[in-house]
Amino acid sequence: MEATRPGRGSGGFSRGRGLAEESLLTDEFVRQLTAVGEVDVLIGIITLNNRKTIERVVSAVQVGLVKYFPRERTVVILADGGSRDGTLDAVANSTALDFRSMLASSPLRTGHRLTTSYAGIQGRGSAVRVVMAAADLLHAKACALVSPDLQSITPEWIESLIRPVLREQFDFVTPVYHRHKFDGLLVKNLVSPMMSALYRSKVREPVGSELGFSGRFACHCLEKPVWHEQAVRFGVEIWMTAQAMVDSFKICQSFLGPKIHAGQPIGEGLVGTIQQVVGALFGSLEKNESFWLAHSGMQAVPSFGFKFSVALEPIRLNKKRMVTMFRTGTEQLAGILKSILAADTLAAIQAAAKLDDHNFRVPDELWVRTIYEFACSYHHSVINRDHLLQALTPLYRGRMASFVLENQGADGETIERKLEELTAEFERQKPGLDQNWTRKK
Amino acid sequence: MGDKILNTLAQTSDKVSDRVMEFLPQLVVMAIIILIGLLIAWVLQVVVRRLLGLVKLGKISETSGVTAMLSKAALPSPVELLSRLVFWVVWLAFILLGVEALGVQALQLQIARLLMFLPQIFVALLILFVGLLAANFFSRATLLAAANANYPSPRLLANVVRLLIAILAVTMAFEQLGLGQHAILIAFAIAFGAVMFGLAIAFGLGGRDVARQILEKQFSEKKEEEEDEVSPL
Repeated sequence: MEATRPGRGSGGFSRGRGLAEESLLTDEFVRQLTAVGEVDVLIGIITLNNRKTIERVVSAVQVGLVKYFPRERTVVILADGGSRDGTLDAVANSTALDFRSMLASSPLRTGHRLTTSYAGIQGRGSAVRVVMAAADLLHAKACALVSPDLQSITPEWIESLIRPVLREQFDFVTPVYHRHKFDGLLVKNLVSPMMSALYRSKVREPVGSELGFSGRFACHCLEKPVWHEQAVRFGVEIWMTAQAMVDSFKICQSFLGPKIHAGQPIGEGLVGTIQQVVGALFGSLEKNESFWLAHSGMQAVPSFGFKFSVALEPIRLNKKRMVTMFRTGTEQLAGILKSILAADTLAAIQAAAKLDDHNFRVPDELWVRTIYEFACSYHHSVINRDHLLQALTPLYRGRMASFVLENQGADGETIERKLEELTAEFERQKPGLDQNWTRKK
Repeated sequence: MGDKILNTLAQTSDKVSDRVMEFLPQLVVMAIIILIGLLIAWVLQVVVRRLLGLVKLGKISETSGVTAMLSKAALPSPVELLSRLVFWVVWLAFILLGVEALGVQALQLQIARLLMFLPQIFVALLILFVGLLAANFFSRATLLAAANANYPSPRLLANVVRLLIAILAVTMAFEQLGLGQHAILIAFAIAFGAVMFGLAIAFGLGGRDVARQILEKQFSEKKEEEEDEVSPL
């Protein structure tokens, strides 16, 4: 193995490696990694009870590596969080792939496949840390993370995530999916536009579970003493994306195609998802306030990949129920919302709740103002932070209903334009956020 | 006769002046003790206010809603309340010590009993404060959970939770003070039992239809829940 390798901080690499060797990785896993030696490409798959899909995902990854990176030294690492359905057995017992029949060629190098269980504190962040520590130890040049429950993954995804890092020297690759216009509304209406406006880089999927990153970026992340924090453990993608933006790593986006998960994609329910994702976003704002308070303006991020559309399964949304729950929430939680929002914002929300179903709208201006006031109240801890995030749920339902009602007949282009307008609104109101954020607690 | 009266008067006035002369120093000592106590109590009030500021009790009370609850009852913030409490307790203790310095035996026993009671008052107030914090926290958690789950009457549920925890805290505080221990405990148990029994009867007999509707709604909405919460990510 090489003794050193160029990194961002000369001291950081050795610190990262020490940490990887001493505490994070099991002895057995370190033995396996040592046997592998150095690699060029590392793919991490974080599993938890994914027996039904894992075999297909691992096959797609292996075919992708052989097809697009035949000359590189590669390893696939499965970090398991304690599956009880035999996920790891399914991988271990899977038959060897016949690359010759699939690709009309055979691999030039042996591709390694390792499995490990990550112990200690729970959360996806802990598993990502294990993968990064392994990448550090193996001196991997390019790494990628893919979900274990994907139905739509193809070998091309591996190329899309790895090539920009390996050939174009990008440090961080975020995905772009082909999605139904009403899929991922929390990302479209909140996470993506807010992060773009505050962190200056227009990224479509800051919460994407498929990511590519350089070994250099992995070392940089491992140096950060944040891995035990809840926002990182449960919102590691947001934290990584913010970190790449704030520390000026080269970022790009790669088009992957449709993203179809097997089974129910939401493990935590809407309230839990909002607590985790929005909590991680607000938490990242606190950590990086010196950056976003000092900067303004947005820049486009380079995008790669051939964009195509396919027919997606229709999504059924119960708009009436969303509006009803928004109305009930604003009425029942008025006392709590009063301590979070400014009086005029609360009045505007209550006025929106009185609109009839047909004319029901939560406009961009009001939505952005609401989110920024929630962020400031989170920062100033006006009430318990978990309670604050729970109080956002009915308002999100209202915005979701409004977005769906407004865009029922809209095509993809119109939706894109509206999301651009929303991002611009987040940017327009940023001075107000800066002012509220820095006011004395 | 006149001389005798004059003599008696002179003796009495001598005795009174002797007693006054004897009592005056004790009175001065009492005044000094009370004044020193006032100074110490004031200093302690300032110190406690600063200490509570350092541990951010004001912030904790604000976030938990206790400050808002106290202001509704026209009471100052918890920090102010606790620091004023320290002031009065310390000063009262010095006043009692001063009174004891007068050497009135009948008073001394009562004062000793009162002084021994002060720590219990402190603990009782602490129990009450923590109880109110918990009542507010759990009441708000109930309100949010019920509203987000679309349960009927979330505010009523939250108020019931707040009331039960507050009653429990008051009961514990009284128990700490040793006031009507058994009576309060029994009263609480009876009241709690009565509420639960009442709810059971109301729900079981009077609200059978409502119960069925709620259960039906719960199961039929399961599908709707899934439909409108398709991948927010």
